Amino acid sequence: MFVTCGGAAAVYFVENPGSAMAARVLTYNHLAVLTAQHVGMVVISSLLAATTALPLGILISRPRLRLLGTILENIVNIGQTIPSIAVIALSFTVLGLGFNTALFALWLYSLLPILRNTYAGIMSVPPGVREAAVGMGMRPWRILFKVELPLAFPIIMAGIRTAVVVNVGTATLATFIGAGGFGHLIVTGIMVRRLQLLLSGCILSALLAMLCDHLLGMVEEKVKASI
Amino acid sequence: MIKLEGVTKIFPRQKVPAVKNLSMEVAEGEICVLVGPSGCGKTTTMKMINRLIEPTEGKIYVNGRDVAEVDPIKLRQNIGYVIQEIGLFPHMTIAENIATVPREKGWPEDKIQERVDVLLELVGLDPEVYRNRKPADLSGGQRQRVGVARALAADPPILLMDEPFGAVDPITRAHLQNEFLSLQKKMKKTIMFVTHDIDEAIKMGDKIAVMRAGELVQYDTPDRILSAPADDFVVALVGHNRALKRLNLVKAGDVARKDVPVAKGTCSLEEAKKLLQADNLPVIVIVDGLNRPRGVAYKEELLRRNGQAHLQEIMTPLESVADEDATLYDALSTMLNYGERYVVVMNHNKEFQGIITFGYLLELMKENGS
Repeated sequence: MFVTCGGAAAVYFVENPGSAMAARVLTYNHLAVLTAQHVGMVVISSLLAATTALPLGILISRPRLRLLGTILENIVNIGQTIPSIAVIALSFTVLGLGFNTALFALWLYSLLPILRNTYAGIMSVPPGVREAAVGMGMRPWRILFKVELPLAFPIIMAGIRTAVVVNVGTATLATFIGAGGFGHLIVTGIMVRRLQLLLSGCILSALLAMLCDHLLGMVEEKVKASI
Repeated sequence: MIKLEGVTKIFPRQKVPAVKNLSMEVAEGEICVLVGPSGCGKTTTMKMINRLIEPTEGKIYVNGRDVAEVDPIKLRQNIGYVIQEIGLFPHMTIAENIATVPREKGWPEDKIQERVDVLLELVGLDPEVYRNRKPADLSGGQRQRVGVARALAADPPILLMDEPFGAVDPITRAHLQNEFLSLQKKMKKTIMFVTHDIDEAIKMGDKIAVMRAGELVQYDTPDRILSAPADDFVVALVGHNRALKRLNLVKAGDVARKDVPVAKGTCSLEEAKKLLQADNLPVIVIVDGLNRPRGVAYKEELLRRNGQAHLQEIMTPLESVADEDATLYDALSTMLNYGERYVVVMNHNKEFQGIITFGYLLELMKENGS
């Protein structure tokens, strides 16, 4: 449904550009490139963030590393107070322009929700359940995979969904450092004052965000049914 | 067998030891109940046995082996562990919950499934119905049963139970206790049982260890705890009605007078009178052809009547009855309920087992009191 809506919106905007200037930007080819860039940024950075933050979250939830967990969580919390545009701007000063810089900034920005929810999810496992598992002689890694992660899964998934949705939005800012994406339409639209352009960028990225959330929701249901 | 030698536990950053120089022994096949107020160290003591907590000092032996030298994972897999119902894994089915330890031990799958069904039957849950349910679909009492089944899964010789029947209503709890005791009669496990409820301790324990502030105050049989409390603390713990509580320790079937006359309904009044006069009983029990009590005839009534009537004409239906497994406490309470001076004891086949009268009960307690 989201894909159909997105397609319809794209067709509508291309067929009714409203002005010659917008028409030059709103071509099928260009939209395809921008979509690929945007989706690419979001998917790669989210995957990277999940593969970093999940193990990290699990690690800091181990009893021996609880202190480290608190410290790390605070650092990441402070990190999150920095506005996303600033994160992108800061990484640009170090890494220069381009797609990779955008990836890095988005990765950094989506670490927190995943890390925090992984930690919180594992911490939310009732102490009695964990105690029973230990008391019956389950090995630590079996407790992690058979008890802690399955029980923490909905909370971890919520973190990943938040991160991805926020990521879709933040990725529109990546155009400032030359990484393209739907942000290109929005920024161009503002600069040349063409509402058509601006709206096309906004609507497409909003639809992408909803699509991602929906897909992840489906994944969540599937996994939940299998554990 | 479980043996503790001079066990002390001091938690980090605490001055007062949680358990202080504790030595005790639980004999094979016995239930030892650790009882005391919260914070007395009873749970800590229990958790040191399966090394959930490491003792600061002292040694613990399980079946003759120093637990400090056994791999904790192996140790725990051979010690059944029951905690309050929250210990069930909420995301797993009942079967998966019970299969936990066998899976850890790497049993073949068909053997595990077979074992799960056997255990569900054992704790009185129909495998067909409950196997694939989640813990949330079960009542509190059923969850506790599953907890017991899970602990028994790999047939460990030793069980640790931490308030296993704590989270259910009193009626269900009594049921579970009775069921567990009859299970234990067959299983003969060595059990360490923690509770704060002295009545539960008296009912469940072969031995009771009363603890206070990390120390063992008295370690004795329930009867001795009730009849000879070591100090004021134990007296306060068992309560002022300990004489009544001692009635809980005796089974009606074990002490009921079996040598009393019974009569058939067709028996003539004259004959019944003769039977009664031989014994000082308030009633004569009337049984059917299969020795099952049908009713009673009161002595006064019997003596008042004359003539050729049969006993069944003055029969009163049986009300004051007790099962042979009932305690004297239950028997007394039945007597009081019906305002009678006797209770008829029946065995499991509903056959006449004996009779307990009020006077006889008093005599019994006098004998045991000394």
